[in-house]
Amino acid sequence: MEIGIGAYVVLSAVLFTLGALGVMLRRNAIIVFMSVELMLNAANLAFVAFARQFNDVNGHLFVFFVITVAAAEVGIGLALIVAIFRTKKSINIDSMNQLKG
Amino acid sequence: MESIPRIVPLVVVFPIIGLIINLFWGRRLGEKGAGWVASVAALLSFAMSLALAGYLVSNNFQAAIVNPPLIGEWIHIASANVNIPWQMRVDTLSVTMLLVVTGVGSIIHIYAIGYMHGDERFARFFAYLNLFLAFMLILVLGNNFLMMFVGWEGVGLSSFLLIGFWFDKAKGEGLKNSNAAKKAFIVNRVGDFGVLMSIFLMFWTFSTLDFFKPGEVVNTHLAEVSHGEEAAAEEAEAATPEDESHDAEAAAAEGEHGEVVALTSNDHLELSEMGVFGQAERMLEDNQDVTFGPITLSLKTTITLITLFMLLGVTGKSAQIPLFVWLPDAMAGPTPVSALIHAATMVTAGVYIMTRSNVLFVEASFTSFLVAIIGAGTAIMAGYIAIAQWDIKRVLAYSTISQLGFMVAAVGVGAYSAAMFHLVTHAFFKALLFLGSGSVIHGMEHGHHHVHEDEHGADHDDDFDPQDMRFMGGLITKMPLTYLAYIIGTLALAGIFPLAGFWSKDEILADAFTHGSDGHADGWIVLVLLLLAAGFTAFYMWRQVEMVFHGKPRSEAAAHASESPVIMTGPLMALAFLSIVGGFLNTPSILGLDQIFGLHRMTTWLEQSVVNAHAGEFQPLIAIIALGLALGAIAVARSVYGGEKAVTEDGSDPLAKGATAGLWQMAHTRLHWDEFYDAIAVRPYNATAYFLANIVDWEFLHDYIHNAIIGRGFKGLGDVLSKPVDLGIIDGVVNGVGSVIRRLADWMRQSQSGYVRLYAISFLLGVVLVLIILLIPMINQ
Repeated sequence: MEIGIGAYVVLSAVLFTLGALGVMLRRNAIIVFMSVELMLNAANLAFVAFARQFNDVNGHLFVFFVITVAAAEVGIGLALIVAIFRTKKSINIDSMNQLKG
Repeated sequence: MESIPRIVPLVVVFPIIGLIINLFWGRRLGEKGAGWVASVAALLSFAMSLALAGYLVSNNFQAAIVNPPLIGEWIHIASANVNIPWQMRVDTLSVTMLLVVTGVGSIIHIYAIGYMHGDERFARFFAYLNLFLAFMLILVLGNNFLMMFVGWEGVGLSSFLLIGFWFDKAKGEGLKNSNAAKKAFIVNRVGDFGVLMSIFLMFWTFSTLDFFKPGEVVNTHLAEVSHGEEAAAEEAEAATPEDESHDAEAAAAEGEHGEVVALTSNDHLELSEMGVFGQAERMLEDNQDVTFGPITLSLKTTITLITLFMLLGVTGKSAQIPLFVWLPDAMAGPTPVSALIHAATMVTAGVYIMTRSNVLFVEASFTSFLVAIIGAGTAIMAGYIAIAQWDIKRVLAYSTISQLGFMVAAVGVGAYSAAMFHLVTHAFFKALLFLGSGSVIHGMEHGHHHVHEDEHGADHDDDFDPQDMRFMGGLITKMPLTYLAYIIGTLALAGIFPLAGFWSKDEILADAFTHGSDGHADGWIVLVLLLLAAGFTAFYMWRQVEMVFHGKPRSEAAAHASESPVIMTGPLMALAFLSIVGGFLNTPSILGLDQIFGLHRMTTWLEQSVVNAHAGEFQPLIAIIALGLALGAIAVARSVYGGEKAVTEDGSDPLAKGATAGLWQMAHTRLHWDEFYDAIAVRPYNATAYFLANIVDWEFLHDYIHNAIIGRGFKGLGDVLSKPVDLGIIDGVVNGVGSVIRRLADWMRQSQSGYVRLYAISFLLGVVLVLIILLIPMINQ
């Protein structure tokens, strides 16, 4: 059975929504971070699916860039979280509101 | 010989050099140095004057006009045909004045070295004296009225500076001195207005201010008398080297055939080639009118106006009624100044300028009449006042006014040569008397200091006045040389034969007699008044001699007075000698004296430049009356003041009591002239000044206009602008903008909660919004 493009797009949308909800609703920085990754990968999935559908290599290319940028982001993001944890003994992002106006 | 007149600028330059040296280096030169620099400058000027006199004698008295080098033209407006050069005139009249000014001036300079000894502003005094000399020489040397006026104003300035020289004396004396200086200056301004008006009128009428232009024959009457070659030769020489065109003309006039055509008149000259006096004579022959805008006056009337204005100036400078009041006060200056400026030279400037303008005065019969009356009136009035003064210098001041009256009266009766003669002799004996009085004052001060030596050398005796004759007496033994000089001066002034005053006064009286005999009433008036004045003169002078020198000393100071040093008595002797022989300058034919001294030498000399000069006939009767009056007055004075009774027990004059009390008091109060001027001029002026200053300026302009209207209005406007406008509107706008932004910011900063999740939500919502906006057009398709 051939799985159609629609299924991929729906899966991508579901994953993206889950990621976005995770970013918005969760307080644990690690979880938020993982949710951001989830959204990136949802977008990657959509890219790959459309690339295959339209037989266009640009989609694949974008995915590689996204994976690269995400890897760098993970490096910096986790380092920040560790640094914050060391000073505040907490990674609750609601407690990181020192820069409020 | 031709080049000798070229030295004439040096006459003025020497005093200026002396002035500059004393001005800048006077203090460093010390007393001796500063004094001698000034004196040598004066002596060098005198030497130049002698050289010029020699030139005139050897050159047939022909005048020379010199344009000083380096300074060029003065006022030259080609388009308006105005040309007033710096031009000096060397003729017999100006050289006479030169000799008097520099000669008597030099003697007085030397005397002042002794008199001013110890003064803290010694060098400045001599700088001022040289300044005076320079201006006086400009006055007499100028060949036009404007240059004369420069000197005229300049001597006024020097006079002001020197009268107020001791402006810092203690006990209010200084204030009195500077007030006297101001009085002299201000009274003279009134006279100067007259001189200016007369200069303006002359310029309007004649378009020139030159006395004579180069090449003009001054005294055509003389030229007509001389004959043939001699006249022509004089003519050729009359033309100065500067005036080449006229030289050529004169040469042409001699003709080619060797036939001499004497240029005995100015007929060949254009009107514009002649000076004021030549033009006046020519225009009078043509009977021309003068137009002043809408008014047309005959030339005679114009000349009368010119001379009347000039007379006003003369009454100021030469101290005649009504402007004489400054001269008695001017005695506040140091005595050498009184001698030089206020007796011998400056005050005679008026007589000089009238003699210079004799052509005009002869034509203006009304002015001449007035001049005669003013002169004679001044002579007798001042002589009368002099009788009842206590101050030794004040007596001499009134005497000077009186003698100037003689000169002015002489001009009035047309006796120009007699006026100049009296000017010269008066310079000798009045300078002598002033310097003598200076010597007396000097001696009295010495005596005073001698007495008070123990008391720290300061003046403790407030009542002592070294010039008050009541404190003097008996000085004959203390100051024999001064006494000798003083008695010569007194006799010369009183007109005792054969001293200088006798001859010059007699010539004036004789001329007045001749004038009266010719049918002029003013001649007789002048004769009578001047004879009386001559009597007064002898009387007050002998009174002074009795009070100062005879009798017993009336104060400690007089008892201890000492003779002045040689540097002061030397000049006295020189002037005494001149006072004795000065009269023989113009000897009439009497007693064979003219065989020795020459007949009317001075008149012959002056005739060359003073057209209307003529020798006065000697009138034995008049001479005897005058001499008798003088001797009688001396006898009376001797009987009143002689012996021990010069001053009564209670310190007043013997004449101040009994029958003569009223007359004496009137003279003593100086006829209330000062009070009169105080009432008609000074007080109204002060009241006007007070009104203008206090009422108009202070109360109206300051209090009302400035404070009430401008000040309060400005303050009101300022209040409006500062409070409602600036504080209300402008500050309100600025603060309002600020507070709006602050409130906006306060509201907006609430969005910056610091909750990352909230940012994420808003980010998402933003993306959704953008997407919706992007998608809306697609839906419509």
